[in-house]
Amino acid sequence: MKPAPFAYHRPRTLDEAVALLASEPDAKVMAGGQSLVPLLTMRLAGPATIVDVSAVEGLDTLAVDAEGVRVGAMVRHADVLASADVRRVQPLVSAALSHVAHPTIRNRGTTVGSIVHADAAAEMPVVLAVLGGSVDVVGGSGRRTIAAADLFLGLLESSLAPDEVATSAWFPALADDAGVGFAEIARRHGDYAMVGVAAHVDATAARVGYLSVNDVPTVVDVTGVDPADAGEAALAHLAPGGDVHASAAYRAQLVRVLTARVLREAHEHRQSRQGAA
Amino acid sequence: MTTKLMGQGVQRVEDDRLLRGQGAYADDLDVGPGLLHAAVVRSPHAHARIVDIDVDAVLDVEGVHAVFTHDDLTGPMADPLPLLIPHPALTHGRTQYALAKDEVNYVGEAVAFIVATDRYVAEDAVGKVRVTYDVLPAVVGIDAARRADRLVHDDVPGNLGARLEQQTGDAPAAVAAAPHRLSLDLDIERSACMPLEGRGTVARWEPALDRLQVWTSTQSSTGVRAAVAVKLGLDLGQVDVITPDVGGGFGVKINHPWPEELLVPYAARALGRPVKFTEDRREHFISSAHERAQVQHVEVGFDDEGRLLGLDVEFWHDHGAYTPYGLIVPIITSTQLLGPYKPGAYRVVFHSLYTNTVIVTPYRGAGRPQGCYAMERTMDAIAAYLGKDRTEVRRVNLIQPDEFPYEHHLVFQDGRPLTYDSGNYPEMLDKIKALVDWDSFPARKAAAAAEGRKLGIGLACYVEGTGVGPYEGAHVHVETTGKVKVATGLTSQGQGHQTVFAQLVADELGCRFSDVEVVTGDTRRMPYAVGTFASRAAVMSGSAIHLAARRAREKALRIAADALEASEDDLQIVDGVVSVKGAPEVSLDLGTISVLSNPLRYAFDEASKRATQFQVGDPGKPPVAEDDEPGLEGRDFYSPERATFASGMHAVIVETDPDTAEIRIVQYAVVHDCGTLINPMIVEGQIHGGVAQGVGGALYERMAYDESGQLLNASFMDFLMPYVSEVPDGIDVDHLETPSPLNPLGIKGAGEAGVIPSAAVFAAAIEDAEGFPITAMPISPSELFELRLAQS
Ligand SMILES: Cc1cc2nc3c(=O)[nH]c(=O)nc-3n(C[C@H](O)[C@H](O)[C@H](O)COP(=O)(O)OP(=O)(O)OC[C@H]3O[C@@H](n4cnc5c(N)ncnc54)[C@H](O)[C@@H]3O)c2cc1C
Repeated sequence: MKPAPFAYHRPRTLDEAVALLASEPDAKVMAGGQSLVPLLTMRLAGPATIVDVSAVEGLDTLAVDAEGVRVGAMVRHADVLASADVRRVQPLVSAALSHVAHPTIRNRGTTVGSIVHADAAAEMPVVLAVLGGSVDVVGGSGRRTIAAADLFLGLLESSLAPDEVATSAWFPALADDAGVGFAEIARRHGDYAMVGVAAHVDATAARVGYLSVNDVPTVVDVTGVDPADAGEAALAHLAPGGDVHASAAYRAQLVRVLTARVLREAHEHRQSRQGAA
Repeated sequence: MTTKLMGQGVQRVEDDRLLRGQGAYADDLDVGPGLLHAAVVRSPHAHARIVDIDVDAVLDVEGVHAVFTHDDLTGPMADPLPLLIPHPALTHGRTQYALAKDEVNYVGEAVAFIVATDRYVAEDAVGKVRVTYDVLPAVVGIDAARRADRLVHDDVPGNLGARLEQQTGDAPAAVAAAPHRLSLDLDIERSACMPLEGRGTVARWEPALDRLQVWTSTQSSTGVRAAVAVKLGLDLGQVDVITPDVGGGFGVKINHPWPEELLVPYAARALGRPVKFTEDRREHFISSAHERAQVQHVEVGFDDEGRLLGLDVEFWHDHGAYTPYGLIVPIITSTQLLGPYKPGAYRVVFHSLYTNTVIVTPYRGAGRPQGCYAMERTMDAIAAYLGKDRTEVRRVNLIQPDEFPYEHHLVFQDGRPLTYDSGNYPEMLDKIKALVDWDSFPARKAAAAAEGRKLGIGLACYVEGTGVGPYEGAHVHVETTGKVKVATGLTSQGQGHQTVFAQLVADELGCRFSDVEVVTGDTRRMPYAVGTFASRAAVMSGSAIHLAARRAREKALRIAADALEASEDDLQIVDGVVSVKGAPEVSLDLGTISVLSNPLRYAFDEASKRATQFQVGDPGKPPVAEDDEPGLEGRDFYSPERATFASGMHAVIVETDPDTAEIRIVQYAVVHDCGTLINPMIVEGQIHGGVAQGVGGALYERMAYDESGQLLNASFMDFLMPYVSEVPDGIDVDHLETPSPLNPLGIKGAGEAGVIPSAAVFAAAIEDAEGFPITAMPISPSELFELRLAQS
């Protein structure tokens, strides 16, 4: 479990980072390393060059205002989770983050890294998708903003080009008349979930996002469906598979149970916020 | 008088060092300049013929010093590895080669050995070795092994390594004649030891001295020493094997020699440079041992009370690709299955089967969890059939306190009669019932059910043969400083041996606990030893140390009596000082006695002057008496006639989620009897650890092999060991002490106990919560959900 040789760069500026990605063959960005380093040591990935962006200036800002939460690429999960402002402005981010791994991993892993890693079993991609957030990237062909709906292409595959660095992720604030809920079931505390569900409800719509069900984080519109039936309705858009931890039928059951729980939680959350307002 | 330390919860002396990261494990050892690092090319196929191994590309890799394949091995190294424990029933025993010759039989089998400047380079080189395989169909799982339409070894028909039958009475006839009969089909899956530290070996060859030193993470340093000497063609006296700190063993390190334990010293001698191999976690999954997988069939006949009249058991044991450790695991299952019960007539037949998977050797519990599972599932089935309380069915079958020694008329794993030495099972049953409030559980369950919640309770009982022979020895040496150096040959993997052995020495010798230093597993200090397994360290080495300390004490008293001109009977030893009872000022400390014990010609400090030739001794007598030796030492061995039998009962209450089938532990209780307790805190620690490991085995862990023999979950991401968040918050423990009559201290082993009843007790509790039979373990929420679907 030792990685194959690679060249290592730790640029100070974004321009340098982008230039390295463009010029070095087979280069890969490293942020917190919590997903990439295991892949390297197990020799499941063998990039020729690592561009460590942890020293790049300006990537470690966590900005929260009434519009929403902007998480810089080097902001660690732990810092986002610890922020009371984040919790107030977009509670779904905090609720989901408490399920991401364990404290030691949250201390190093970044929220943006987790999103662009595009693991369908990860929490934050689904949260971004349910909330309709986006990711800002910089690359050889300039800056662009990728909406969540356009970000996740397939298993561990995002729409970032190989020479692009994600600079931040954007989670819109929770509207006054909206509520959210999150729940997941994992084999052990802190593990990747067998199924996880995030919900967002407001006066006109109800959307539910699923992790560990399809190959990509998947959002299903369940507007107008009774929470008790919403999971079954959502299954029409989902293709739960089986693995060593859960059969396909069990995953489907968890979709049913968790969808109902999370939708109720989101409705109650919405009501409690309106009561408070 | 100082208080006796026996029975005291003395704080472990090991922990301060180990918890501060100051342990020195094999990988930490810096054994000299020029240290090289090894990596192993392993088979990616479960079953294949090796057509060609092309190492050309490796030879150009900078930093690679050597590549070994089977062709490069000479002499005994080219022969198969030893079959450690032969048995007449093991008619088709097979062992692998240190490096595969012509054929591989599991994913992970060692094919080539690369030595390089560091492990990174060695792994780069591993990727460059081109092995051409002719892939053969794999035999995976017990069903496939039994079907035998494919064979693991061409010359082993039916994939059958061994068939062994034992019986007392005519079980089939007794079952047939019984008023009630049941049959059960049971399944139990693989798991593995998973010590924090995997295997690791370092070796240094010293050409000038013609000597080999090996440091290895083993449970038997003397075993490794003997194997290395034979395989490398060395005399035993040329080989030292030293066990550094070992980060857990749980059984996997009692199998030996591992290929790398031979290849590392072989390469060190060939290259004239020290060599190190440190196994990584993936290697541990695919090339160290697993255990547990069995398929069981039970036929039982019983009376109206649930009393066993006949018990007829057949099981199929998956021993993996080779049988280096013989039949120990299935023999233990077949004998320890009986637990605390009288079986009536008993017959057991097992078939030990080859599969193209990692070898199976003892893992903590070593076949007992499977036996306990078969027996306890049977007890629960009888209770369900008769509509009786599960504890009452057990009670009528228990061996009674006045029936010891209880002779089963079977042969145990040590080749000796299965005879229980002592125990009190009825009292134990009373205690466990009280601990979990068994009798009020039905009301509790009903109240929960009224709220839509599912609670279930389970109970499982076991008896564990511990402290098997053949022997262990000890050497106790009082230095002239008064410090006491103790050596015993078996090894330590974190059990707390330094602490408990020091307790025994302090008590017997009369020295201060803090003056005792214990060394284990170093063949330079104690070349005669067996190893650490079968919960035997306290019984075997503990007894030997006790006896050796007694010898040192006797000698100290003899010398002191002479020097103080007192009678030995009038002397006492307290805190390392020998004094005349009632006249404490007439005294000598043990250090001074040590000085006096060794007549000197040369003084080297103030104290030693007292022992020089113009100071002491009767000029008319030899300085060392004819039947005496210099030095204040004691040496002794302990070799009991047979094993001691510890016992225990576990109970668990679980709650299963009606919607998600999640399984939550509400309460876990243990009553435990390991004879006289040396250190209750350490015993409880062993129980806690065992229960945690058992929770893993029952609810989380499995080896997910696919049909081609690939292990799909060979990492800690997918092989689920319980975190602290998955084990019970607290474990209620109660002790019972029925001293063993077989050793001077009355002790029995405690190391494996906690893990033995897990599969049985969780199956029982989940069955109680769900209302349908649980016959396959481990069980996950997903599997429980599938069972519910099948029921409805
Ligand atoms: C034991 C363990 C348990 C875990 N459990 C969970 C869990 O339950 N849920 C969960 O969601 N995650 C879990 N994780 C993963 C963790 O959340 C990671 O932190 C996260 O997935 C990746 O963040 P990182 O900063 O470490 O990214 P890295 O590991 O550095 O990178 C991951 C990938 O993203 C790319 N990348 C990262 N940052 C950028 C960027 N700014 N621009 C372009 N590409 C980038 C890298 O090139 C790489 O391909 C776990 C990890 C471990 C080790």
